[in-house]
Amino acid sequence: MRMKLAAGTAVVALILAACGGGAAQKGTVKIAINPWVGYEADAAVVAYLLEKELGYKVEKLPLTEQISWEGFESGTVDVIIENWGHADLAQKYITDEKVAVDAGSTGVDGIIGWYVPPWMVTEYPDITDWNNLNKYADLFKTSESGDLGQLLDGDPSFVTNDEAIIKGLDLNYKVVYAGSEAALIESFRAAETNKTPLIGYFYEPQWFLAEVPLVHILLPEWTEGCDADPNNIPCDYAPYNDLNKIVSKKFADTGGDAYKLVTNFQWTGADQNLVAKYITIDFAGDADAAAKAAEKWIKDPANESKWKAWLP
Amino acid sequence: MTAVALPARLRGGTAFGRGTWLVLLAVAFAVGYLIFRGTSLLPHNEDAGVFKFFSDVRDWVNENRNANPVLVIVVGTIKAVAGGLVDLFVGALTSAGWPAIVALVAALGLAFGGWRLALLQLFGYLSLGVLGLWTPAMQTLGLTLAAVVLSLIVGIPIGVAAGRSKRVLRTISPVLDAMQIMPTFAYLAPMALFFSIGSASAAIATMIYAVPATIRITALGIRLVPAATVEAAASLGATRGQLLRKVQLPLAARALGLAINQTIMLALSMVVVTVLIAAPGLGGNILRGLEVVDVGAAFDAGLAIVILAIVLDRLTDSASRRLDPRNLADASVARFGPLPAFAFGRRAAIAAIAVVVGLVVVGLMSAAAQTFPDAVEFSFRGPVNAITGWIKVNLVLITSAVKNAVSYGVLNPVEYILTTAPWWLVVGATFGLAWIISGLRAAITATVCLVLVAALALWEHGMQTLTTVVAATAITLLIGGSLGIVAARNDRASSVMRPFLDAAQTMPSFVYLIPAVALFQASRFTAIVAAVIFAVPPVIRLVEQGIRMVPPTIVEAARSSGASRSQLLWKVQLPVARPALLLAANQGIVMVLGMVVVGGLVGAGALGYDVVAGFAQRSDFGEGLAAGIAIVLLGIMLDRITQGAGSRPATRLAKAPV
Repeated sequence: MRMKLAAGTAVVALILAACGGGAAQKGTVKIAINPWVGYEADAAVVAYLLEKELGYKVEKLPLTEQISWEGFESGTVDVIIENWGHADLAQKYITDEKVAVDAGSTGVDGIIGWYVPPWMVTEYPDITDWNNLNKYADLFKTSESGDLGQLLDGDPSFVTNDEAIIKGLDLNYKVVYAGSEAALIESFRAAETNKTPLIGYFYEPQWFLAEVPLVHILLPEWTEGCDADPNNIPCDYAPYNDLNKIVSKKFADTGGDAYKLVTNFQWTGADQNLVAKYITIDFAGDADAAAKAAEKWIKDPANESKWKAWLP
Repeated sequence: MTAVALPARLRGGTAFGRGTWLVLLAVAFAVGYLIFRGTSLLPHNEDAGVFKFFSDVRDWVNENRNANPVLVIVVGTIKAVAGGLVDLFVGALTSAGWPAIVALVAALGLAFGGWRLALLQLFGYLSLGVLGLWTPAMQTLGLTLAAVVLSLIVGIPIGVAAGRSKRVLRTISPVLDAMQIMPTFAYLAPMALFFSIGSASAAIATMIYAVPATIRITALGIRLVPAATVEAAASLGATRGQLLRKVQLPLAARALGLAINQTIMLALSMVVVTVLIAAPGLGGNILRGLEVVDVGAAFDAGLAIVILAIVLDRLTDSASRRLDPRNLADASVARFGPLPAFAFGRRAAIAAIAVVVGLVVVGLMSAAAQTFPDAVEFSFRGPVNAITGWIKVNLVLITSAVKNAVSYGVLNPVEYILTTAPWWLVVGATFGLAWIISGLRAAITATVCLVLVAALALWEHGMQTLTTVVAATAITLLIGGSLGIVAARNDRASSVMRPFLDAAQTMPSFVYLIPAVALFQASRFTAIVAAVIFAVPPVIRLVEQGIRMVPPTIVEAARSSGASRSQLLWKVQLPVARPALLLAANQGIVMVLGMVVVGGLVGAGALGYDVVAGFAQRSDFGEGLAAGIAIVLLGIMLDRITQGAGSRPATRLAKAPV
């Protein structure tokens, strides 16, 4: 019996340990981390300032875009720091349910489109014109695409019109889903190293473009309404001017200085790419890569005026 | 000839053997295909009504989640219990400080196994810190333990009921089958819908994944208590409650131990995936490594999972052996002395507990105990990246050739036939095949499952996935079978293989998917490679075990009558081990199916991708859920087709983590 008593004491001690942690804080800000490094760069800098300059505690949650929006409803997420469009989600959570609010532009412009590895442009200079894509379709045939050229798509959580564009432009291509951004990046990396043909969905700003400068294939320019029919789109993706920040209604009402910092935060694609490069190359493999990258950018005197302007 | 007479004839197998019927079936299918090719197809339609129905259900729940009183009370209670458990375990493990935790597990190791186990626990946990992953590892461990406690709360009562009543067992069995084959991704989205994202959802999702093992093994343990003992107790006037508490449960202690052990293993593989619904822990480290396509960084976190799996497995295995009352009489345990459950004396136990409590207090007071010292950190990131880099550059020509050979030679033709054959012809052929191999009952179940796949508007994707699954299973059985035979006949080979098999089973597949993409491109073949890596270890283990359990007297008799080594294998060992080999094949199929969704992440498309997309995009929710159900249906179909070849496995424990 004494064994049990002693074991009980140990359990009680552990429970005490469970309850004892955590000193008084100014508050916790829960930032969703969507799965691309540009996003993480934004989040890292904001988180650093929240913690070091304003004294908040920051919790980073690795989530996909849709799940992050759902987090506004349940109170799991306070901030999405870089939002790409998502008109349907904005309608649902901002307009209808009123659990989220727009917190303004990040200053970064986004591009989505079709890309090829640079060696292909050297080899086939006219490939960047979409009119020649059918001529080169044979090059892109794989075991997965049958008689058609393969157009590789990435993470299913990203916005894509590719099947509709192929139909709209009458291209002899078939979309093959890599299924994840990592698989897409690794495919482009292998294609450039081994000089094998590949065409696929990609986007900017993206840290990988610093490693392999993929070339954007220009499709017929987007005009208002050309993508109205979701099954037949004869034009390129709309440019994502001014990616924005979304915060939960509760955070907007009670977030105080933290909310002000998030609304004030605004920089450029070049700033973001620099921090993204710090994360992926300078501090590669470091568990605290994001925090160290943010620190490096903030400690650089050239950037001081930028981040000082965001502080409330 | 009447239809009913058919199976009797073919089972007798004198004039018309199974082989002949299979040939006839193949000929009939070929003729039917040539005549009707391209007719009665069911091409994929993304806007099918079924998908919309599921999405509407989702929207209804979403709107009523906070209004409907039943939903609010039931969901709220479950969520509060799960959330409370998670907070308790994760809180305790992360704030007690590493010296206290390491001392605690070492003491447990000493108590249940002796010095060797204590050292294994000590170095295992220290290495988590050395990898620089102490805090996430403790979060993962805490979440796992919370999910295990939930599984035991839910699973043991159901398992006991199923162990005492055949009817209960028969009723819940198909449900457990479905829970085990249903891809995790398919219920992560509904989980987030009901319980919203976070640790509580993660623990519940993990419980759903792990609880079938708890139930099955508990039921098995209760059933295996000798009937004579139960009758003797009953005749002495024991009530049902007394019978359970004093006889059945104590005698099933070993099985309960095994149930806990297997539940922990399954839960551990699942908590990695729950990072997708905002659970804390090592899964986040793996996800981050993948985001920047840094295999080495993901490898460290994967290795931490493998280490956790090994230390937990050895500790619970040892404990469950020790807690079995029958071990009192067992000579191998007798050498530990008279203490039934613990290896060391009461005084030592109290001393150990005092040390742990002291260290907890120290841990709470000092910041130094909260973070593992950086000075001793070590990472495999550099070497792993160097090795994978070398492989990618130097092997890609060979691997591309292999991928193309299998894709153009096998996958494309089979997929073409299955997707251009009329659906009724494929259904008919399935019925015939299942009837010939497993009899009429199995044939009806298999056919119903396949028709339901068509009813879910997923015929074309189902046929594509079926092609990949059948190819992956064939490769798994070929590799697993041959390595299993080698391991059974050579002790050295067996012991060399063991750590690799442990690692292949517990290393999260996300870690090796990315180098596989570099080698085989985003393709169905990459998905097959991932499935084979995951499914081969249990096949090897079961084949090895089956051959080793062939009674030595039979082997001796064959040897003395002059059989050569190969004759011994082919004419004696393999035929005698047939039930084990068939169980291995069945396990192989189940595990390959579990990896279908992982395949969707690396280019296999079809049902696997539908499930992944359903999780990622709100608008694809319905299709994703339907695809998850279709995978379950295909799994039951394949199980029924193959089960007749041998007896049905009593317990199925293994399933892929996704």
